[in-house]
Amino acid sequence: MTPEAKASLFGPLIKENPITFQILGLCSALAVTTSMMPALLMSLAVTGVLAFGGAVISAIRRHIPDNVRIVVQLTIIASLVIVADQILKAYAFETSRQLSVFVSLIVTNCIVLARVETFAMKNNVAASFLDGLGNGLGYSLALMTIAAIRELLGAGSLFGFPVLPTLADGGWYYPNGLMLLPPGVYFIVGFLIWGIRSWRVEQVEQPEFRIRHVHRAQTGS
Amino acid sequence: MSSYVTLFLQSVFTENLVLALFLGICPFMALSRRFDTAVGLGAAVVVVMTVTVPVNSLILGYLLGPGALAWAGLPAMDLSFLALVSFIGVIAAIVQVLEMVLDRFFPALHQALGVFLPLIAVNCAILGASLFMGERRYSFDESVVYGFGSGVGWALAIIVLAGLRHKLRYSDVPDGLQGAGITFITAGLMAMGFMAFSGIRL
Repeated sequence: MTPEAKASLFGPLIKENPITFQILGLCSALAVTTSMMPALLMSLAVTGVLAFGGAVISAIRRHIPDNVRIVVQLTIIASLVIVADQILKAYAFETSRQLSVFVSLIVTNCIVLARVETFAMKNNVAASFLDGLGNGLGYSLALMTIAAIRELLGAGSLFGFPVLPTLADGGWYYPNGLMLLPPGVYFIVGFLIWGIRSWRVEQVEQPEFRIRHVHRAQTGS
Repeated sequence: MSSYVTLFLQSVFTENLVLALFLGICPFMALSRRFDTAVGLGAAVVVVMTVTVPVNSLILGYLLGPGALAWAGLPAMDLSFLALVSFIGVIAAIVQVLEMVLDRFFPALHQALGVFLPLIAVNCAILGASLFMGERRYSFDESVVYGFGSGVGWALAIIVLAGLRHKLRYSDVPDGLQGAGITFITAGLMAMGFMAFSGIRL
């Protein structure tokens, strides 16, 4: 495997993670992560659409007129999403009901369009496929982490199997309902970003405005 | 009449697209840095949603839904699997038309909203509102109210967040939370505030 291929496959896992670094594709990441099963299906669907969408668009990139490219890209992506949606409905009907409109919303998921615009329109088919796969895996990693935290703390289970016995089942764990509600997931993503950026300091954003620098200098940080 | 008021308040507050249903988060995070940008984008979303949701409602009701083609003598036809492609096409087309109409008749408004209109075609909130309209089977009147209400809710959320972020400039945020991190936590606190509306029954 060439270094470039390796970089486009493994780079987006943590270093350029679509969710925590590029801040793209958040809608679905926040909405479907109340438990792990829907999050897993969503990850598979997004990874598939990203990889094949990238490859298909890259294959016809020289034939797409520049001023209608968004419409062409959206049509190709929408067709792939419909395929993914039909497959999910056929083989995982119950979970696909929980995902409701979010599978369809992969069409407007900003990761897909961002990768297609910035990468697939400029690179060959194999590289675009790997780039899509890498970004899909990075998205899946972030999604599974968020879903694991939410399901474990919010319901005391992972993939529906009880891990922490809850009070309702005669155990000791009192489920934290906030984790399943909208505010909880904003906090989890915020703290996840904080954790990753404390570890990988190069990701820290510069403040656009700082009143006094002295304060930081004195505390020595 | 009162059911329309309830639907409006519900779509603005309790089922706020951003804070309760997580739609349109990317522009919500990326473009809330400046207050005037947020107001411009919010206004553009209100306009586009008020137009696209009812139009998509008509398309679903008379062309694509189960039994919708009965007027053409095809009562057994169900084309609802085409809804996604048609919705996204309709949204992209309406955004384009709206841009031309504004440019021709309301140049001042076009100046203000100009740069945001193309971005809106790929805003998940717009497509999401149309998809929810389809899933909940709103009638045409309801879809007008729902489209307008959802747009107002989205605009309200981004304008409030931009105001909060403006205040945050004067606070000393830890390095790792700078930018994206603190914005998420602020949005979480806002979502908590909006949850307070969920007990209201009209």
